Amino acid sequence: MVKKGRIAAFFLIVALLAGLVATTVMDVAKEIKLGLDLQGGFEVLYEVHPAHEGDVIDDEVLKSTVTALNQRINVIGVSEPNVAIEGENRIRVQLAGIEDQQAARELLSTEAQLSFRDVNDNLMLDGADLKQGGANVTFSETNQPWVAVTLNSASQFADVTRQVLGSQLVIWMDYEEGDSFMEEVLKPESERKFISAPSVDEVLNTTNVVIRGTFTLEEAQFLADVLNAGSLPVKLEEMYSNSVGAALGEKAMEMTIYAGFIGVALIFLYMLIYYRFMGIIAVITLSFYIYLVLVIFNWMNAVLTLPGIAALILGVGMAVDANIITYERIKDELRTGKTTMSAFKAGSRRSLSTILDANITTILAASVLFYFGTMAVQGFAVMLIVSILTSFLTAVYGSRLLLGLWVNSRALNKKPRLFGVKESEISEL
Amino acid sequence: MNFNFGNSNLDFVKHRKKFFLFSSLLVIIGAILLSTIGLNLGIDFESGTKIELLSSETLTTDRVNEEFASIGLTPDSVLLAGDRSEMAYASFIGVLSQEDIIAVQRHFHASFGAEPNISTVTPTVGRELARNAFYSVIFASIGIVIYVTIRFELLYGVAAIVALLHDAFFILTVFSITQMEVNLPFIAAVLTIVGYSINDTIVTFDRIRENMSYEKKIRGFEDLARVVNKSLVQTLARSINTVLTVVFAAAALLLFGGEAIRTFAFALLVGLVAGTYSSLFIAAQLWLVWKSKSLEKNRFKTAENEA
Repeated sequence: MVKKGRIAAFFLIVALLAGLVATTVMDVAKEIKLGLDLQGGFEVLYEVHPAHEGDVIDDEVLKSTVTALNQRINVIGVSEPNVAIEGENRIRVQLAGIEDQQAARELLSTEAQLSFRDVNDNLMLDGADLKQGGANVTFSETNQPWVAVTLNSASQFADVTRQVLGSQLVIWMDYEEGDSFMEEVLKPESERKFISAPSVDEVLNTTNVVIRGTFTLEEAQFLADVLNAGSLPVKLEEMYSNSVGAALGEKAMEMTIYAGFIGVALIFLYMLIYYRFMGIIAVITLSFYIYLVLVIFNWMNAVLTLPGIAALILGVGMAVDANIITYERIKDELRTGKTTMSAFKAGSRRSLSTILDANITTILAASVLFYFGTMAVQGFAVMLIVSILTSFLTAVYGSRLLLGLWVNSRALNKKPRLFGVKESEISEL
Repeated sequence: MNFNFGNSNLDFVKHRKKFFLFSSLLVIIGAILLSTIGLNLGIDFESGTKIELLSSETLTTDRVNEEFASIGLTPDSVLLAGDRSEMAYASFIGVLSQEDIIAVQRHFHASFGAEPNISTVTPTVGRELARNAFYSVIFASIGIVIYVTIRFELLYGVAAIVALLHDAFFILTVFSITQMEVNLPFIAAVLTIVGYSINDTIVTFDRIRENMSYEKKIRGFEDLARVVNKSLVQTLARSINTVLTVVFAAAALLLFGGEAIRTFAFALLVGLVAGTYSSLFIAAQLWLVWKSKSLEKNRFKTAENEA
């Protein structure tokens, strides 16, 4: 007596799942954030060094550097930048999908340490004396772009101008130890390292200073932006950088997804041929598994990278393994002459502890990967862990539910061929 | 299509000495190769700059060199790729300055119409990556031994780790022979194989443990060998099917996945084969040899106590 209700329930569940996937899969796919290896962009790992001798690099300094870097990125207008502290003295900046990589790169690492010095290179004022956000482009009578900055204290500027009265106040960008005004001033104007060196003829008791130089409009705007973004409290040294052109990133993504489709299609085909009816169940649960992994990935706000896609495809392999372990067990039980129903029950029960042990050890390995890995490896490890947990749900419980409905409907009784077992292999009880 | 080994007379255990010899030879060859030719370390591990170019037209090495010469740079090596040689990889020993990088981006954007990929690494970062990967494998191994010892017993754990190190070493050997570039994805692949190898071995051990519990009395090597062989035969269909399906995925990535993950896919493929081999022929057999020795020792002790 076949219980048609179970079979109806099976089709209802499959139809619901198919409906859910079909209506939302496009949105899910669109929402996934792509790593910069898939959409272009660039990544730099900086090592943070003290700007002044004796400065200590601690958490506080690292955090304020991250804030300063974020402000600079805002100037370029990148959506969803990723600036993260790594280790004790590293900062990793990831900017995915930006149009002008060069400009971003320059803006980020320019130390923007504006300093005012006398002609003997003695420090008079530095970036810390500037008012945040007070820099903007102005124009001279002859329409030459200049940069106007606002100082914090008028009396301080009066002091400085009194000291250099009758001489020049040299304005430096990124002054380095060993730079000398006396040497630079002998060079042609285009090669000089300082920005400008106005003569000071009177004591200025004001907060408004104009930096006069031979800027192009773009240079003046860049300088103003950098000054507004705040000077970095530290020196940044590039340790590692990786930039991916948009076209190359897109090509890599297309090829990987294409390869993934072929790989998954082959797996499906193999499962159908080898496990017959159980293969159909495997294909249904595996498809849902891929969908579910992507949904979870969205929830986690994770970024999909090339290794991530590879882990997803491998995750399919892991999920397949769980199916295979269960189905092989069921076949074993059928061969010993058990009925379909008790073979299904015994097979499911016995395969569970194997799958559990195998998956836990792999999760253990993935966790170690996550702990020691750099960002790219970490992304891979997270993807692997998500894959394993999801595969456990779909391949173990999903498979069991769907196959159980059929088995319990009794429609499959005495049809071992549907499970890939020949009658001749079944031993008499 | 059907694999059914249940009634076959496959005897894995009989040939175990050949497998041990074969693997020992591989390890020795690998050790020699690694200490002489070594690995072709990519810029992820050695200080350098790698530039990946994409053009709409077919490229030649001379053309690429000329383009670099026009901005005053000389690549240390240029490699062409893609179906129509429309891609090129130029590498420089040493890290290019930021000005050079910007010059390269501007130049190739203008002449090829696509932004190049540029990555640079300083030696410190490369060394750290390699060290971290090494630690990863060691710590993963320790963690796995502890887990397996709790769930099974110590001997299973040690045998599983030997198999795992065997597989990781095998990948290194193959990469030394082929001189394929060892990069960051390669590390990811080795670590994946560590996960896969352990997965595969545990499934086999699980069956051995289960079959051990059905045995009334294990007297010595012969009984153990029978159990191990039976377990290997019973899990063989699963072993083959699982490795085949994952190989499908890895091979598809290798053939169609593009340059970026070619190393990854190749390392994976090599590791999958090694992982299946070691689970069947090394891990279970090692366990058998060690277990029978410890059985004998126990029997000896009991005999002594009785005397």
